[in-house]
Amino acid sequence: MLRILSLLLVLMGLTVQPAVAQGGPLRIVIDQGVVEPLPFAAPEFVAETPQARQLARDITAVVVADLVGTGLFREIPGSAHIAKVTSFDSPVQYADWKAINAQALITGAVSVAGDGRMNVKFRLFDVYADAPLGSGLQFAGTSDSWRRVAHKVADQVYSRITGEGGYFDSRVVYIAESGPKNNRAKRLAVMDYDGANSKFLTDSSALVLAPRFSPKGDRVLYTSYETGFPQIYLMDVASVSRRALADQPGTMTFAPRFSPDGNTVVFSLSRGGNTDIYTLDLASGARKQLTTAPSIETGPSFSPDGKRIVFTSDRSGSQQLYVMPATGGEPKRISFGKGRYSTPVWSPRGDMIAFTKQNQGRFHIGVMRTDGSEERLLTASFLDEGPSWAPNGRVIMFMRQGSGAGGTSALYSVDVSGRNLRKVPVPTAASDPAWSPLLQ
Amino acid sequence: MIAGNGQYKKVDKMNLISKFLMVVALVGLGACTDPAQFGGGDGTGGTGDLGAAGDPASAAYFQQTVGDRVWFEVDQSTLTDAAILTLDAQANWLLQYTEYSAIVEGHADEQGTREYNLALGARRASAVEQYLVSRGVAGNRVRTVSYGKERPIEICSDEACYAQNRRGVTVVSAGNGS
Repeated sequence: MLRILSLLLVLMGLTVQPAVAQGGPLRIVIDQGVVEPLPFAAPEFVAETPQARQLARDITAVVVADLVGTGLFREIPGSAHIAKVTSFDSPVQYADWKAINAQALITGAVSVAGDGRMNVKFRLFDVYADAPLGSGLQFAGTSDSWRRVAHKVADQVYSRITGEGGYFDSRVVYIAESGPKNNRAKRLAVMDYDGANSKFLTDSSALVLAPRFSPKGDRVLYTSYETGFPQIYLMDVASVSRRALADQPGTMTFAPRFSPDGNTVVFSLSRGGNTDIYTLDLASGARKQLTTAPSIETGPSFSPDGKRIVFTSDRSGSQQLYVMPATGGEPKRISFGKGRYSTPVWSPRGDMIAFTKQNQGRFHIGVMRTDGSEERLLTASFLDEGPSWAPNGRVIMFMRQGSGAGGTSALYSVDVSGRNLRKVPVPTAASDPAWSPLLQ
Repeated sequence: MIAGNGQYKKVDKMNLISKFLMVVALVGLGACTDPAQFGGGDGTGGTGDLGAAGDPASAAYFQQTVGDRVWFEVDQSTLTDAAILTLDAQANWLLQYTEYSAIVEGHADEQGTREYNLALGARRASAVEQYLVSRGVAGNRVRTVSYGKERPIEICSDEACYAQNRRGVTVVSAGNGS
């Protein structure tokens, strides 16, 4: 029995492979560009208590939006459904779902107790196997956390069908922008990955740049001109309290990132016109200089095992990417293509490095293996910059800025395959996105 | 009625004159504060009262007559011959008016990534600072700050604007030594 019909097109248009082994489980393999999204049905979740009606509708809509937004799934709308799901526990009418070619079926139910607690149950079915895919799950929470619960349901569905980790229950810290290009106001802001629940973390009194989440998503590193000079800061997201790190007169610090254990910050420090890479131990305040070249060394990013650091340097005469041990030591150049490479970011899976590339007046977001091989460019525009990985290492968010006086900044996401380029619906102009880990 | 009309005309005339004066004042103010927009603080705060541009001891004179800025080639921090002429004049002025200290801002155009341009701006600011110090200005009177590509003055996306944005700006203020 052929369970999944999608064809896969191997990236760079080299070969075409069948999507799935025939007779195998319901599965999308994301590595390759999926040509045909997987059709699924998600009838509106059953409201098991009267107060749950609107929540059931909203949660179903977010689950569908998450899945469709990946470009890997296609919803079969309710108007085409033959079977109606009126009770969460009634038997699934597989024939009715096969008749409309729904390969996956998601059913759910929402109830709200007297104390306002919400309970959400869901099941996933492999229609052509006449069987559930994984067991049913339920999530409990307050009604106002309904979006997170919806993202968790969608993460489960995505994960069971793709075999990859999910990424919908995550947040993005970014810079909200306003005002003209020559007097732009910038504020630190945080939102859900899909642009919902955006809120500001700073006012616009000081220029702020390039925030980064801690590995647990509870803290943010960023650069601020609060003192009149760029310095790195550490903010606790819940309390919005912050402190300056590495504030030393006569120096500028920027481009901070956490180590994978969250205990160390790697950053750039400029002194006397020369920019090098340093680490700072957050507990002790101990600082260590990792590079000593007279060239520019910046944009450092740890490997997920914490053993290596990738960064950009113009020591060869143009900006290229280098990898060095996390304790410092001889860097090895990994980029050799035409153009200038910067803002390298190690994938959370450890297998790839995303970067910004400038070549012939255009900017690209690209990825390469950690030894620099298999470079491929995912985007091209007047100005694309600053990739950030989704928690599962399959999607990249970045900034795209238009040219000229009216050129505003916006956030976009793209699959690591180069497919599914989408604008993220952020309430303001925005730049410098940084994705959190999957929330707990 | 007629008297009323006459009065109206008179007021109009006065308005025209005062409008004209206001425009002159605004132009003057604009010329004074424009570079200061990219001065200390967040690149938007000024150095306060710049004084009259006619007074050689004023910050306004430094800005407009001495010349507060130099320009760089793409991705370079080397001082051009024109830049050295300007910086010689800046150094002479700073040597004469020792009550002033300076912050040198380094800026880059938008053709580069944010972090690299911060480092490039730091290089440019430092090149200016080091030249001023080499001409005898005390090192403790000069500080540097990089704005990278965050504070362009010209906002078109071609070389005419980029060339104006690749700059080092010396912002002087009195009695503010570090």
